[in-house]
Amino acid sequence: MEPFDPAELPELLKLYYRRLFPYAQYYRWLNYGGVVKNYFQHREFSFTLKDDIYIRYQSFNNQSDLEKEMQKMNPYKIDIGAVYSHRGNGSAVTWLCRPNQHNTVKLGAFQAQEKELVFDIDMTDYDDVRRCCSSADICSKCWTLMTMAIRIIDRALKEDFGFKHRLWVYSGRRGVHCWVCDESVRKLSSAVRSGIVEYLSLVKGGQDVKKKVHLSENVHPFVRKSISIIKKYFEGYALVGQDILENKESWDKILALVPETMHNDLQQNFQKHHSSLQRWEYLKKAASQCPSNIKNEKCGPWLEWEIMLQYCFPRLDINVSKGINHLLKSPFSVHPKTGRISVPIDLQKVDQFDPFAVPTISSICHELDAIFTSEAEKEENQAESDIKHRTRDYKKTSLAPYVKVFEQFLENLDKSRKGELLKKSDLQKDF
Amino acid sequence: MEFSGVKRRKPWLIGDQRKASYPHSLQFYLQPPSENISLIEFENLAIDRLKLLKSVENLGVSYVKGTELYQSKLEAEIRRLKFSYRESLEDEYEPRRKDHISHFILRLAYCQSEDLRRWFIQQEMDLLRFRFSILPKDKIQSFLQDSHLHFEAISEEEKNLREQEIIASSTSLGGPKLELEYVYKIPFADALDLFRGRKVYLENGFAYVPLKDIVAIILNEFRAKLSKALALTARSLPAVQSDERLQPLLNHLSHSYIGQDYSIQGNAGKISLDQIDSLSTKSFPPCMRQLHKALRENHHLRHGGRMQYGLFLKGIGLTLEQALQFWKQEFIKGKMDPDKFDKGYSYNIRHSFGKEGKRTDYTPFSCLKIILTNPPSQGDYHGCPFRHSDPELLKQKLQSYKITPGGISQILDLVKGTHYQVACQKYFEMTHNSRDPDLDNRRLLTACPVLGMYALPTMPTVGTIFKDIVLREQCVVETAWMVYMTGRRS
Repeated sequence: MEPFDPAELPELLKLYYRRLFPYAQYYRWLNYGGVVKNYFQHREFSFTLKDDIYIRYQSFNNQSDLEKEMQKMNPYKIDIGAVYSHRGNGSAVTWLCRPNQHNTVKLGAFQAQEKELVFDIDMTDYDDVRRCCSSADICSKCWTLMTMAIRIIDRALKEDFGFKHRLWVYSGRRGVHCWVCDESVRKLSSAVRSGIVEYLSLVKGGQDVKKKVHLSENVHPFVRKSISIIKKYFEGYALVGQDILENKESWDKILALVPETMHNDLQQNFQKHHSSLQRWEYLKKAASQCPSNIKNEKCGPWLEWEIMLQYCFPRLDINVSKGINHLLKSPFSVHPKTGRISVPIDLQKVDQFDPFAVPTISSICHELDAIFTSEAEKEENQAESDIKHRTRDYKKTSLAPYVKVFEQFLENLDKSRKGELLKKSDLQKDF
Repeated sequence: MEFSGVKRRKPWLIGDQRKASYPHSLQFYLQPPSENISLIEFENLAIDRLKLLKSVENLGVSYVKGTELYQSKLEAEIRRLKFSYRESLEDEYEPRRKDHISHFILRLAYCQSEDLRRWFIQQEMDLLRFRFSILPKDKIQSFLQDSHLHFEAISEEEKNLREQEIIASSTSLGGPKLELEYVYKIPFADALDLFRGRKVYLENGFAYVPLKDIVAIILNEFRAKLSKALALTARSLPAVQSDERLQPLLNHLSHSYIGQDYSIQGNAGKISLDQIDSLSTKSFPPCMRQLHKALRENHHLRHGGRMQYGLFLKGIGLTLEQALQFWKQEFIKGKMDPDKFDKGYSYNIRHSFGKEGKRTDYTPFSCLKIILTNPPSQGDYHGCPFRHSDPELLKQKLQSYKITPGGISQILDLVKGTHYQVACQKYFEMTHNSRDPDLDNRRLLTACPVLGMYALPTMPTVGTIFKDIVLREQCVVETAWMVYMTGRRS
């Protein structure tokens, strides 16, 4: 893969926005079939330009308008916000200063009305349980945490909440995002969004809290099913990859999560064993026996589960999900530090997803150049060929499979929409 | 020829029409009434409902809600005031109509401030909870449907499929006995308080809620709707209040519960230390009177007593400096070492004034708290004498306070009926000149925050004000609620 140099961004972005960004599909998504008037036109976009210039409350008339502006401004970062009650006009400051002029909106009437339910899972939030990396770094060993997170959260969103249209996207550096786009979900209030995050949260406490997961005797089906998912990955990820019981330093962290009365026994036996796997087996046995003198301790697998959950269960940022007006990085946006494109993740192949194989903007631009020079096409009608290029160019690069995943997602949205319209027209006896 | 067979005095609905307008013994008050009533009936309905809600409040304080004693007393009260509560064989139309109209009248009076609204919503919720609890299980479904709540009870087969999951999710279910329980399937967003804490089973966007938990959801819905409605009412209230016939009634209704906030330090520095002894006999409620006496006699009080009395003194206006002086002086008389006082006791006094620790400016204990928590044991003098004293001892105490024998027996009857706060109010009436209860109330309220929180003027006061209105205009009046509902005069 072509190495990425941030200094080349302005040039690379120009090419990206002219030839590679999938505008048609992008518009198809955010327009949601054009069923609601002005849904796309009232959507907030924010652009971060070169030198950290940040513009909010951008809105566009249609796909072509969007294309032109993006090509003109060449944004380093694109965020998607809410659908508001009115069009944004480029900067909050401008209309705040002119509250009574024609075509401007009275303060307070400009409200965020709808938005997809979004989740942001960041690898940094797992620093307390990762041994291989910390902060913005990731590697193939700890990426399994994201795999587990996607499986656990996606299962709950689909099976418990009944959400059908979930788009998972690689953030470009150290995490994943989820966009839930069902029509009813876009209308959910902030309180319900918070409630959903609470339902999905198990790991509680900051740096000062040692034991972050406490299970009650009654284990809710959500917790039980999440544990089944973690069990599939635990040995490979935690016992082999992370080697969480490798030595005294690492197993002391686990001992901090079990009652003190068990420490001596465990320490002694850990010395006798030779691998994390063996030590874990021992710990499981010891933990499920009824502790003799501890009041209110449950007998059974709870302790073992609590440890597994603390090491593997997803951490969610509630602030990202609860605010209707919260801005989140757009899919197919470029990450300015790594150069990677924020690409959709294929849920059917989530175990095989490799963040290091995700194309960078330099690599796909390079691919495009290579193809272009080799084909040596003649351009009779510049505009026509440009359009032809634009609609097919990404297909010739490594971006193609990811756009295909996106298209599948859009197909499902379309199908649902048609189904809904049919239902409605049947009810109204409108043929 | 058609004979309706209905006397002209009664409302003009017959048989099935009457049943149809009020199909259930309880309701969510979604639609305002639309008939005409006389001013007299307007007043009577309002007063009766106010009496009912006050009983709800008192019973809620004196008994644990939901217990048999509470339920039977509340039912008796509702029946006595002729409101609807239970499906019965008799014609339910009148009590239900009364319930409906009186609720909407009180909305007018109680929408005006945050405190009034909170009080009104609380009592209405308790009333609804009671009525719902005695609704036969097979009637629940139709009641929910008629109230436009989309709660469906699921079939046996559906229940069986999910039995394990439902039991594992709901903490309110006693044991694995799901066959006896109704389970309702509702959209997950309607069960926010349940699913956010994972207290209910979710499947495909629906929450499977056992009956016990449905009540909480219904009450939340009710509270939310009523809260919104009160806000709407308040906005349109000026139009209603401009009607001279209604204005005095509505004003007085809302002042009969005074929702003042006694945590505000409006009184600081208004009491001097040498006033306390005489105030304790003239103006303190018996609980504080007995604490003061014990402090003077023993030169000491235990922790419970120090808390209850100390905060009370703060509430009536003692400053921190005065309090430190007061307690230290007394404790030293008990041969306590001044240094020991400074070390052990002054910190706690400063803490209760919000000058230490997390700096919470604590408010005096409410009657509820004193009656229901931390009962006194041997050597303690805190608590509520009406609640915690042996009746014989209480009688002796009241005699020593020079209460008349008639008054004492009334008080003891109230205590027997566990109406402790009402007993305290009776004590107040007996020890004050009750010719002008309003004046006394006001004096009392400034001197005694604890008592003031539940002080109620007696009903006759309300009635006297209305005699004037009624004499002035005995005519049919348009119901005011249509005005406030639409914001316009029709």
